[in-house]
Amino acid sequence: MKTFIGKRALASAISLVGLVILVFFLSRLTGDPTNLYLPLDASLEAREQFRELHGFNDPLIVQFARYVGDLLRGDFGQSIRQARPAMEVVLEAFTWTLWLAFITMTLVTVAAIIIGSLAAFKVGGIFDRIATFFSLVGASAPDFWLAIVAIVIFAVNLHWLPTSGTGTALHWVLPVAVLFIRPFGLILQVVRGSMITVLSSAYVKTARAKGVRTRPIIFVHGLRNAMLPVITVIGDQAAAILNGAVVIETIFGFPGIGKLMIDSILLRDFSVVLAAIMVSALAIFIMNLLIDLAYAALDPRIRY
Amino acid sequence: MADHLLEVCDLSVEFHTAAGTVKAVQNVNWHLDRGETLAILGESGSGKSVSASAVMNLIDMPPGKITSGRILLNGQDMLKMTAEERRRINGAKIAMIFQDPLAHLNPVYSVGWQIAEAVVTHGGPKDKAKARALDLLRRVGIPEPELAMGKYPHQFSGGQRQRLMIAMALACKPDILIADEPTTALDVTVQAQVLALLEELQAETGMGLLLITHDLGVVAEIADRVVVMNGGCIVETGNAAEVYRNPAHPYTRKLIDAAPGKGAMPEERDRSGAPLLEAVKLQKHYGAFHALKGVDLTIMPGETVAVVGESGSGKSTLARAILRLDDPDSGSILYRGQDLMTMHPRELFGLRRDLQMVFQDPTQSLNPRMTVFQLIAEAWVIHPDILPKREWKARVAELLEKVGMKPEHARRYPHQFSGGQRQRIAIARALAMQPKLIVCDEAVSALDVSIQAQVIKLLDGLRREFGLSYLFIAHDLPVVRDFADRVIVMKSGQIVEEGPVRQIFDNPVQPYTQALLAASLDPDPEVQAARRIAREELQQRIPA
Repeated sequence: MKTFIGKRALASAISLVGLVILVFFLSRLTGDPTNLYLPLDASLEAREQFRELHGFNDPLIVQFARYVGDLLRGDFGQSIRQARPAMEVVLEAFTWTLWLAFITMTLVTVAAIIIGSLAAFKVGGIFDRIATFFSLVGASAPDFWLAIVAIVIFAVNLHWLPTSGTGTALHWVLPVAVLFIRPFGLILQVVRGSMITVLSSAYVKTARAKGVRTRPIIFVHGLRNAMLPVITVIGDQAAAILNGAVVIETIFGFPGIGKLMIDSILLRDFSVVLAAIMVSALAIFIMNLLIDLAYAALDPRIRY
Repeated sequence: MADHLLEVCDLSVEFHTAAGTVKAVQNVNWHLDRGETLAILGESGSGKSVSASAVMNLIDMPPGKITSGRILLNGQDMLKMTAEERRRINGAKIAMIFQDPLAHLNPVYSVGWQIAEAVVTHGGPKDKAKARALDLLRRVGIPEPELAMGKYPHQFSGGQRQRLMIAMALACKPDILIADEPTTALDVTVQAQVLALLEELQAETGMGLLLITHDLGVVAEIADRVVVMNGGCIVETGNAAEVYRNPAHPYTRKLIDAAPGKGAMPEERDRSGAPLLEAVKLQKHYGAFHALKGVDLTIMPGETVAVVGESGSGKSTLARAILRLDDPDSGSILYRGQDLMTMHPRELFGLRRDLQMVFQDPTQSLNPRMTVFQLIAEAWVIHPDILPKREWKARVAELLEKVGMKPEHARRYPHQFSGGQRQRIAIARALAMQPKLIVCDEAVSALDVSIQAQVIKLLDGLRREFGLSYLFIAHDLPVVRDFADRVIVMKSGQIVEEGPVRQIFDNPVQPYTQALLAASLDPDPEVQAARRIAREELQQRIPA
């Protein structure tokens, strides 16, 4: 088990190094950010001074060496835009996104598992048909459109909820609700499909022959076996939100990592872009590791 | 009305499918008394499992529908009970075990938990349930029962898993145990042990045992009475020994006649001359597992060599190694004097058409998306020199007729045929290559007895017609006795005994071969009774 985690960590570290190198040079290809930060009428000396201050005058390879040297000392560089450490900026935004992902995915998982399992128990029943209909609608509706419609209805017309920003619990309702719909539809379908297979399996027949009640048949004998494919999809969907729900965060003015990344890329705030990429890469690594561990926890046949 | 423990009266069950209504059983009557063993005997599709499923309320409705009848447990009609009342009977009064215990045990819960669950479900206290589970594991002969409690189904052998199923079924001391093909997936020696365990437990508890089987040998070994089913109807019922001796219905007679192991054994062949295939010191490892420990084997032209042994003995590995489907680690395979192991890949490709294989499960070995024509003609796509394209159609028709099918079957897909027909298609496919040697890996094991007899007859006829040799891998000794010239007995990757079929069956030298023969079941209850005595004597001589 420890060697498994160690091997995975090493493999991830190698790809992270590759990613940092790639992003460092590719982002530099977009050009010098000086003109984006200084006023149009700034003097040549001022521009030159800005470049010198941020090290843009040095050859790329020197800039890279300096960046790596700083990294090794735990310094992720400064945000040009916010004039404070890049990592501080990123972690602040990431905390918001982490909460958003956690709340959304918890709700999605609980709802999809319960509704999907019950739908699978009576395939073709009225409950199954309603659940399938709504999950398909949910999985196919574009989220930016849903977000805007939701703002129009609940914020602009009904005044029940704020349009955007953060501050109160009510600010969370619309982003979470809109983010909820698509993964919910998808995971519900996976739970339902997986559950249908499991409920027709031989060991469920044994449980029925043992006289086990319906509820434990579904949620004890069935669910644990049906969870393996579901967990993969849950992880995938959670990673998508962690990676930055760019559209949703932008529409709702939510200060998460997706919005931060877009803003930083547009303004060529290189250190922030790199730090954000490293943080989300690490988050996805941890996410995948948790999925693998969950596999082993659920299924005794899987051992690392 | 005389009160039987369980009585099925006039039961009819239908299944409504897209293809139409299937009458699974029609007006079936049988009864089971305390302490009695009743066998329902039938081939696949005879409806032998349906009435038991109806007793256990395991028929999905829809598509199933019970159209007539009553199922009386101690005189009370179960079909009139509520679902909750039925649930309380399952496991508590009537318990059931199934054919494939690995699939029927939940893979993600420990076996201790699963056995205890049966007790807890029917209101037993949790702490006592655990103690009961431990007791049961000990009783059914699971080694180190304390440790076994926390283990999972995949950590046990096939025979142990069936013991676990039995332990689970007996958890609530049921009055009736239904066993649906309980030993079909097991080796002969393990089969004998499991049947003996069932008998012992029945004697201890006095429960009624309902056994569903296709195997006359199992009936002869354990049943008091037998119900013979065909096409959803009961054709005959009576005392097991009586029915075997004087079958009243033609179908029963046909079943008894089809049972293998009664024909004359072939005379010993002259084995001088050049062998067709010779394997020398074959070795194969799978990781740390030593599957073949230096196996030698010779097959003469026109000869049938059978390899018998229990699962894990290396017999399938040997078959695959000889064809180089799974390369052996070392050793040589000489085909007409040429070593397949050192041969250039192109030469090997040319030789492959001489060496063909027929697998156990034709459902898996025939590509479901190819028509029968495509399946057979593929041989000539790969080896175009066998046959010019304009003759393909005629040859496919000819081959299909040769294996007892019709030329118009060529347009159909594998799923449109029965298991026996599919195996015929697989044989036709092998014949398309005009092979010299066909390796049959359990090629008739999955087939019903009457179909099995037909396929064996077909293989035998083809051997005479084309001078084929067979390497016949099997675990079923009576079939081997009827079909093989020579027998090789394998155990743990080694050959234990080898010789002409008469010698092996009439005068086995090695204790392992003797044990194997003694464990194999004869359809005649009287022969079986004699064998049982022989087996008990043998057991006393060689412990485990």
